[in-house]
Amino acid sequence: MTHRLLNQGVFEILGDVLVNSEHDGACIVTDEKMAMSTDSFIVSPIFFPGGSIGDLAVNGTVNDVAMCGAKPLYLTLSLIIEEGLAVSELWKIVDDIAIACRKAGVKIVTGDTKVVDRGSGDKIFINTTGVGSYLPKAAISPSRVSKGDAIILTDSIANHGMAIMSKREGLAFESEIKSDSRALNHSVESLINAFADQIHLVTDPTRGGVATVLNEIASKTNLGVELTHEKVPVEDQVAGACELLGLDPLYVANEGVYLIFCPDQLAEDVQENLKALGHRPAMIGKMVEEHPKQVIMDTPMGGKRVISMLPGSQLPRIC
Amino acid sequence: MKYLKEYRDPVLARKILDEIRRTVTRPWSIMEVCGGQTHSLVKNGIIDVLPSEITMIHGPGCPVCVTPIHLIDAAIDLAMRPNIILCSFGDMLRVPGSNQNLLEAKAQGADVRILYSPLEAVAIAKDNPTKEVVFFAVGFETTAPANALSLVHAKREGIANYSILASHVLVPPAIKAVINDPLSKIDGFLAAGHVCTIMGNGQYYPLASEYKVPIVVTGFEPIDVIQGILMVVKQLELGTYEVENQYSRIVREEGNKEAKAIIEQVFEVSDQVWRGIGEIPASGYKIQDNFEAFDAVKKFGISVDAPEEKTECISGEIMKGLKKPSQCPHFGKKCTPENPLGAPMVSSEGACAAYYHFSGTSISN
Repeated sequence: MTHRLLNQGVFEILGDVLVNSEHDGACIVTDEKMAMSTDSFIVSPIFFPGGSIGDLAVNGTVNDVAMCGAKPLYLTLSLIIEEGLAVSELWKIVDDIAIACRKAGVKIVTGDTKVVDRGSGDKIFINTTGVGSYLPKAAISPSRVSKGDAIILTDSIANHGMAIMSKREGLAFESEIKSDSRALNHSVESLINAFADQIHLVTDPTRGGVATVLNEIASKTNLGVELTHEKVPVEDQVAGACELLGLDPLYVANEGVYLIFCPDQLAEDVQENLKALGHRPAMIGKMVEEHPKQVIMDTPMGGKRVISMLPGSQLPRIC
Repeated sequence: MKYLKEYRDPVLARKILDEIRRTVTRPWSIMEVCGGQTHSLVKNGIIDVLPSEITMIHGPGCPVCVTPIHLIDAAIDLAMRPNIILCSFGDMLRVPGSNQNLLEAKAQGADVRILYSPLEAVAIAKDNPTKEVVFFAVGFETTAPANALSLVHAKREGIANYSILASHVLVPPAIKAVINDPLSKIDGFLAAGHVCTIMGNGQYYPLASEYKVPIVVTGFEPIDVIQGILMVVKQLELGTYEVENQYSRIVREEGNKEAKAIIEQVFEVSDQVWRGIGEIPASGYKIQDNFEAFDAVKKFGISVDAPEEKTECISGEIMKGLKKPSQCPHFGKKCTPENPLGAPMVSSEGACAAYYHFSGTSISN
């Protein structure tokens, strides 16, 4: 049955994004420096405004490889399907995977499918592992983030997390909040080609949001982060949804934005470059010597507040 | 009206702060009663920008913080029983009981579910007729109407497998207890806007006149809190002690009649133990006899004895405003949100949590 599921369904829908060696594994020949990343996707609900677990599974791993400063090339695809998942839903997810692969320019070279008893899973879980080759001009590393570096955000935040929460809580808004799930590799490649090793770090704030990533970087670099509240872009509707559910947008997951750390004098040029790529960037802060390991944001009232690491679990099953 | 922006307008905030600076002539201590107000003060950095003459004292308005430990232990015990689904607001999950918290019980296999509303718990009871569903109903007067409504609904629908473990506390007796503490010195109060949305302002007039303290009901946005502080300061400088309503866009003088009616249908005022503070007479709600089938305390034979808690947590002093979180020797060291000694460090309305998450070194003194 699994054989039929694969041959008559999955392989056919994947079409040209699948490199089917018809053997246990794929063979990759390269003499380049490679980056690799893996991620598992357990989002609930599996379909949400702006995407599905399918495109998330592609974009999430593609983006992780891209954030290494690499060009994503190949993915593995592993599906764990709960007995009882509607076949039409499975085909839709696989179709979303195929479309996302085409947009990202990656191929699926090996994979696996398992079916578990009803009750032993939750509709479908997906794992993808991505492999890519380092861009020759890239020199990305948290250790390169320096005092005085500008922190640039490519687009508005909290869209993905709030799209999921709105669907879960049955909230309706005047216009739907959509997930921002998309592949960022073309954008990252373009940026690195333009600015080479002047881009110290790129990173995408997924689970835990911008606040969590900035705390991690402050901790790794032993520098402080200074944020400007009014520069952090949040769409009105998303801000409203966050208020309704008592959530801070800085901690909400994103799937289609990334942060760039570069010398302050480059910040304007980087933002112009991002705008030309279709982003709506904002410089939200900078790395400072003061208050090492702490992220501090000014408040509209003229005071300051700490953006701390949130203890415990974030919103569950968000990606 | 762009609600989020207008009540967070920095230009307006600066104007009101300037007026506070011009008005104040000597030191005043003002208590904001509600944990939500505390969070607004700290998160928005308002404490940093108030003139030094004004000391904000953080009050006991954190219902999660004052839930007696024996009820937390009871909730955990119920959750661990295989035929019980324990439903709760997310806040309660990491509050320490005598041995563990609800989140740890969940990790051990207890069926604990996080909900936004007690009516969701009633729905779960309907969907799971072979199980007992208990909702951990914690809160001030604000959440009492929804909790009462869930019992009315369950009774009407004949949903016998639903009950609530209630821990409701009332604000006016808490204010009285704070004022009567010989160590506390509070000149004026910011009263809790959402409590007053339900109950109205009537209970605060006797407090204001008996203790000669101005009381201003405020909302929770930065402009609300700053404006409330200005109104209290003006009264203090004039020597008046009236009840004023800053939150008039939401709070009516008489409160919400329908909400009050439903509370009266289900609950009656009773003595209540406040964790860290002790028993305050007539400061809580208990379920009336005609709804006793939905009272988890009676249904499951839960002991109402409240043994004294042995703890290093100084929550009582924090909540009466006698100490600031940063004055606790364990703050940020032995006691963190990941490993709290007490409830104020984990609740979204706890003063310790507010300071830990939001305050920089400038307000650690």
